[in-house]
Amino acid sequence: MSETTAFIQGNEVCGRAALYAGVAFFAGYPITPSTEIAEFMAAELPKNRGTFIQMEDEIASLCAVIGASLTGRKAMTATSGPGFSLMQEALGYAVMAEIPCVIADVQRGGPSTGLPTHVMQGDVMQARWGTHGDHAIVAMTASTNQDLFEVTVTAFNIAETYRTPVILLMDEVIGHTREKVTIPAPGAIEVTERLRTAVKQGVDYHPYLPREDGRLPMSDFGDVHRYNVTGLFHDMWGFPSGAPRVVHGLLRHLADKINNNVHEMARYKEFYLEDADLVLVSYGSSARSALHLVENRRRRGERYGLLELQTLWPFPHAVVREKCARARYIAVVEMNLGQLIKEVREAVDRPERVYLVNRVDGVFITPTDIRNMMRVIQGRGV
Amino acid sequence: MAIQDYLRKRFFPHIWCPGCGHGVVLNGLLHAIENLGLDKSDIVMVSGIGCSARVTGYVDVHSLHTLHGRALAFATGVKMSRPGLSLIVPMGDGDALAIGGNHFIHACRRNIDMTAIVMNNRIYGMTGGQYSPLSGVGTKATTAPYTTIDHDFDVVELSTAAGATFVARTTTYHIQEMTTLIEKSITHKGFSVVEILSQCPTYFGRKNKAGDAVAMMEAYKNNTVRLGAKDDVPESGKIRRGIFVEKSLPEYCDEYEKTIQAAEKGA
Repeated sequence: MSETTAFIQGNEVCGRAALYAGVAFFAGYPITPSTEIAEFMAAELPKNRGTFIQMEDEIASLCAVIGASLTGRKAMTATSGPGFSLMQEALGYAVMAEIPCVIADVQRGGPSTGLPTHVMQGDVMQARWGTHGDHAIVAMTASTNQDLFEVTVTAFNIAETYRTPVILLMDEVIGHTREKVTIPAPGAIEVTERLRTAVKQGVDYHPYLPREDGRLPMSDFGDVHRYNVTGLFHDMWGFPSGAPRVVHGLLRHLADKINNNVHEMARYKEFYLEDADLVLVSYGSSARSALHLVENRRRRGERYGLLELQTLWPFPHAVVREKCARARYIAVVEMNLGQLIKEVREAVDRPERVYLVNRVDGVFITPTDIRNMMRVIQGRGV
Repeated sequence: MAIQDYLRKRFFPHIWCPGCGHGVVLNGLLHAIENLGLDKSDIVMVSGIGCSARVTGYVDVHSLHTLHGRALAFATGVKMSRPGLSLIVPMGDGDALAIGGNHFIHACRRNIDMTAIVMNNRIYGMTGGQYSPLSGVGTKATTAPYTTIDHDFDVVELSTAAGATFVARTTTYHIQEMTTLIEKSITHKGFSVVEILSQCPTYFGRKNKAGDAVAMMEAYKNNTVRLGAKDDVPESGKIRRGIFVEKSLPEYCDEYEKTIQAAEKGA
């Protein structure tokens, strides 16, 4: 099979990329603006002997995803803010029990029921810290349907490699924008399969004994090895333990396996950064307007540049620091009251250079919005 | 296989209090599994949180100890991915019917092939004796120092109304009956509920002057009646035991297989 092209919305791109990555199980609950992902999965998964199930709520959806993933299937769910809130407990379970899964959160306006059919990017910090307790997390995003395809496949690859939940932090504009996308030929993008144990039947098997590189070769649930899985702190057999050494060791392992591999997970794009004096840092659909403005100002000789982040968590501090080193102004363009900007300020020298360029009224931020705010930042009047 | 061979002796002693009924339930469950001759590798036990939930870890099967109330949702993901496995879900009364009530009724409705064992001790034991949705009016608990005003669910009626295709009730006193009922529930194709009245002498018993474990089990003997027995009459006021529902309806995984076939044909 060779590559094909399609004119489809982002939610369908997410679905097609998930199939490309080998997803075999989807459980979800209808919620705007993510529902088209579930609808796509309901139609397509059974064609490939995959499973779709509409659960009674978002809590049950992520729990079912975790159960399916344990048996060795690639599994995902999709939701939006209110549903993502309901999933937070199970998200922590997936972190603790090291269950690979992908959770697409197509962001809408919040808090609460908020603005179901309008765009905001207010879940950035919820993705990071929404579940209780200290932990590391992976969250990724994209600004075009073409990028979304590749990022979705990468999200599955990271989930399987590190045995972790990965949040695909889409937003309403990305989910609903229809544009041309090239679906790559099978094999054109690498698809990662999870590690399975080589331990033979009858040998004492330690499902939760990580290799030196932090990876965990686990046996699929239902195969020859019978072991315990729990959300409690647990020893190498997966059995509950409150021993301080066990607790400390596990908490460190869960954080280190993500944080020690920031460089492996950091995905970003850069535009005109070589000599940029004004660096916009943006992500998701906001980055579309940011790029439009950058190209517009470049034509007028102004030294604008864009750093578009696709990996938001773990935050790629080193990348941001390096790319922003020479900038006079750094403007973080996001549709919230300033969430990722805190990380950018922490990453760079002279954080007083970092300004927030945002819009939080449910209306998509435009290049003109960014331009007007940049004039204020530069002291050029309104 | 000897019954001890189903246990993970490495993780004993267990955490249950002296006199707790949950060990009796575990005993009945293991005998049922032994009688059926099930292979340990073909069984998945999924549990939520609470005293009852600890059953899973002690048994040498694929064991999944999940979140409070969510065991049936996790189990649904496992079963739909590996329909050949036997799914057994030991649950507490609060776990199954308070925080997990929604998942419980929807699992009944789907008629997905698994067995929910509701170990009903009418109290939250692990947190130290708070009232549950099965405590019933007039029960004392640490969160009901003046007794509860909440009405309780009837697990049998609730499960039946929600669509479970096998519904039974027994007690820890009736160990032979319990073993038989669990055997039948596991063999039954569809969603099965077995409610087992299980004593909590430590919290329920002490607070409600129900006596020690032996006295509580004696009460199960005296205050319950087998369905169809000659004293099984409404005036007796006794709790009825036995099989209330046993019917054959399309099972969820089988039905989804038909969906797959329709999709493959391009229907």
